[in-house]
Amino acid sequence: MGDQLIFTYDIDGSDFTRAGEASSSVKNKLKMLGVNSEIIRRVAIAMYEGEINMVIHADGGQITVTVSDDDIVMVLADRGPGIPDIGKAMQEGYSTARPEVRSLGFGAGMGLPNMKRYTDQMEIDTVVGKGTTITMKVAF
Amino acid sequence: MTIREMQKILDAQFLYGEELEDVDAEFVFSADMMSDVLAYCGKCSVLMTGLCNPQVVRTAEMLDIVCIIFVRGKMPDEHMLALAMEKGIAILATEHYMFTACGLLYEHGLRGGA
Repeated sequence: MGDQLIFTYDIDGSDFTRAGEASSSVKNKLKMLGVNSEIIRRVAIAMYEGEINMVIHADGGQITVTVSDDDIVMVLADRGPGIPDIGKAMQEGYSTARPEVRSLGFGAGMGLPNMKRYTDQMEIDTVVGKGTTITMKVAF
Repeated sequence: MTIREMQKILDAQFLYGEELEDVDAEFVFSADMMSDVLAYCGKCSVLMTGLCNPQVVRTAEMLDIVCIIFVRGKMPDEHMLALAMEKGIAILATEHYMFTACGLLYEHGLRGGA
């Protein structure tokens, strides 16, 4: 097995204007590593959607990105309210976001479907009242 | 169409990125919901929106957008412009409403692409 690169980020849930800084950092790192631009775009979009979700729903959390020879794996873990109905949450257009979040341009019910759309594999591990961990993989 | 041509057609202000004026774009996506932009922007390299907050610039960054056009007279603040500068994204602002701005660009050959 080849080398792995691991990046970890603490996501501040209190500042919406800073949401996306971790995704931006990962995008730049992947660029410097010479990763294919389409792969970078998919990783950046999926992670950014997840990062926004962590800020608007879960008061932040932690993101770990592992780059290995075969794939890029993003693990987004929060201690938020959990997702009571994953089936509904995966439907395009279904959203539980507050109206003020929608006025900021998010909460259209596209976040989770987008994350699935742009990645090769996505798993959601959630417990209501405890938190959610989403693992996404993009293969090279 | 170059960013400079878009600026002239829309009678827009160049708020940042005049050095990018010769960058060429074929496809534009217009929306106020960033979630929709992230879902459907596809191959578009220009984003037209009436939403005005830092996440517009972040969304553009994730999608490799080269130019953001703010419509309806929306004006990004210094923080947003600094972020656009950092990311190398040109910023235009026009008084036109979204429908009119889209129509003008379409009339001159730009298309929506997803």
